[in-house]
Amino acid sequence: MKKKNLFLTVGLFLTALMILLILVGYLWTPYSPMAMDATALGQRPSLVHLMGTDKFGRDIFSRVLKGAGATFFVAFGTVLIGTLVGTLVGALTGYFGGWVDEVLMRLNDALSAFPSFLLALVLISVLGPGRYHLMLALGIVFIPSYARIVRSEFARARSQNYVKSAQLMGASVPRILFVHILPNIWQVLLSAITIGFNNAVLSEAAMSYLNIGVSPDDASLGYMLSDSQTYLASAPWYAMCTGLMIVLLILGVGLIGEGLQRRQL
Amino acid sequence: MRYTAKKIGMLLLTMLLVSVFTFFAFSLLSGDAAERMLGTQATPERLEALRVQLGLNLPLPQRYLNWLGAFLRGDMGLSYQYKLPVSTLIVQRLGPTLSLTAMAFLLIVLVSVPVGVTTAKYAGGRLDRIVTVFNQLLMSVPPLFTGILFTYVFGLLLRLFVTGAFPTWRDGIGQYLGYLFFPALSIALPRIAMTVRLLRGCILEEAQRDYVRTSMSRGRSRGDILYRHVLKNTLVPLITFLALTVADLVAGSVIIEQVFSVPGVGRLLLSSISNRDTPVVQALVVILAFWVVVCNLAGDLISRRIDPRLGHGAGGQT
Repeated sequence: MKKKNLFLTVGLFLTALMILLILVGYLWTPYSPMAMDATALGQRPSLVHLMGTDKFGRDIFSRVLKGAGATFFVAFGTVLIGTLVGTLVGALTGYFGGWVDEVLMRLNDALSAFPSFLLALVLISVLGPGRYHLMLALGIVFIPSYARIVRSEFARARSQNYVKSAQLMGASVPRILFVHILPNIWQVLLSAITIGFNNAVLSEAAMSYLNIGVSPDDASLGYMLSDSQTYLASAPWYAMCTGLMIVLLILGVGLIGEGLQRRQL
Repeated sequence: MRYTAKKIGMLLLTMLLVSVFTFFAFSLLSGDAAERMLGTQATPERLEALRVQLGLNLPLPQRYLNWLGAFLRGDMGLSYQYKLPVSTLIVQRLGPTLSLTAMAFLLIVLVSVPVGVTTAKYAGGRLDRIVTVFNQLLMSVPPLFTGILFTYVFGLLLRLFVTGAFPTWRDGIGQYLGYLFFPALSIALPRIAMTVRLLRGCILEEAQRDYVRTSMSRGRSRGDILYRHVLKNTLVPLITFLALTVADLVAGSVIIEQVFSVPGVGRLLLSSISNRDTPVVQALVVILAFWVVVCNLAGDLISRRIDPRLGHGAGGQT
């Protein structure tokens, strides 16, 4: 039996709760997030409106649920792009080495010299706003860091006995890469994914806050945060509830990452 | 020396790539600048004349070389939006951003080093556990939300500063720095947490080394070993991390300037992006990237100075 890992337990619980909320938000919200209620403008949190209402009488809890969904969607897509492409590039360069590896890694160095936030900013202004563009821009920005991590793992695995014996048995390259080596490095990859997910949530929030991320129609948490700042004096609960949702989302995944790292030690 | 030269060569190559990338990306996206400056009512002759004046009639690679040549001579062109030289615009906005970044960096060093050392010293104790949990929390709060919280608590409730009214130098240095303190703290907090964690980890790892045990067996006190030997050996990872931090603070500053309406370089960058003011964006992106690369290089060189082993391939090639 392993020692109890409180970080992992709490993190998994919190993340499960958030995902549950988001799933519920996709299917059902107490009110329509867009419906304006003229009889309930700027109300404080109450039992009728759990997180209160904004200046147009829209239910903030419903909007937060939908917003968290939008944020989660973008972060998930970003991690998916970054992980898939990064793993593929890292696996090939790490396993084969040679001049392709050399060139790609130099390019990687140049890319990482670029502050990631700035790179995402440049890409998103080229692509234009929208959730899929944001996903693509952030995903591209995240590829190098995944590729680097995966590459070093594959380079190390290359000279290990289980890989050599697989080669001798005549296993094909894709089989060695993804059936033999990949399962052995998944823990490293998983920690990288948790860190990447949180960075994606933070970047999405920042981009949408700056009004260059998602479009107003699918108001993500970052967009709502920028909206709420206008009403900070009259409706502080709007900003607090939105911000808290971001914090919980990041905290849950961050704790999982921390727990995984502790388990490796 | 050879190492330094090689590193500087890499730096120049990186900057070249960055400048090519930004120039082409923004030239492609920005559309016809002449039409935007003169409006849709302008005659074709005037449009053509302005295009020639701005050099927009030339092929793209030619324009890039012209731009690069002028940039290296310190001429960053004219802003489409403000009709002012880009360098003037940037210099005007540099003050607040630099003050903000410097203040945040100072906060990070002043807070995280003592806290990191103390938690490592009492690792496993109650204080250490509280700080670890607190760290995890701090790392989960995005600076822009911290900024909004601070605006609400310190600006609206306690009235320590007037939100959105950025004081200039002339209003007194106390007021100027007082306003910047809150944005600086917002971007510093998560970084403080990361630095504490890093420092604590490094010290604990270093404490496992043989020389520490030897010193202990000779009867030296734990504090003595910690301050005279262990800390020196954690300097290299710490400095590398702090160099990265300085570079990252600039990106953080872009967002936090927006939250606190600080008229700095970050706001200039954002407004230029939304107004398609290509010359300003190109210049700023290249300058910011240069800043990051230089910070990393400085961290590298300082580390080598402190730990000469790094230079002889003993400590692993970086």
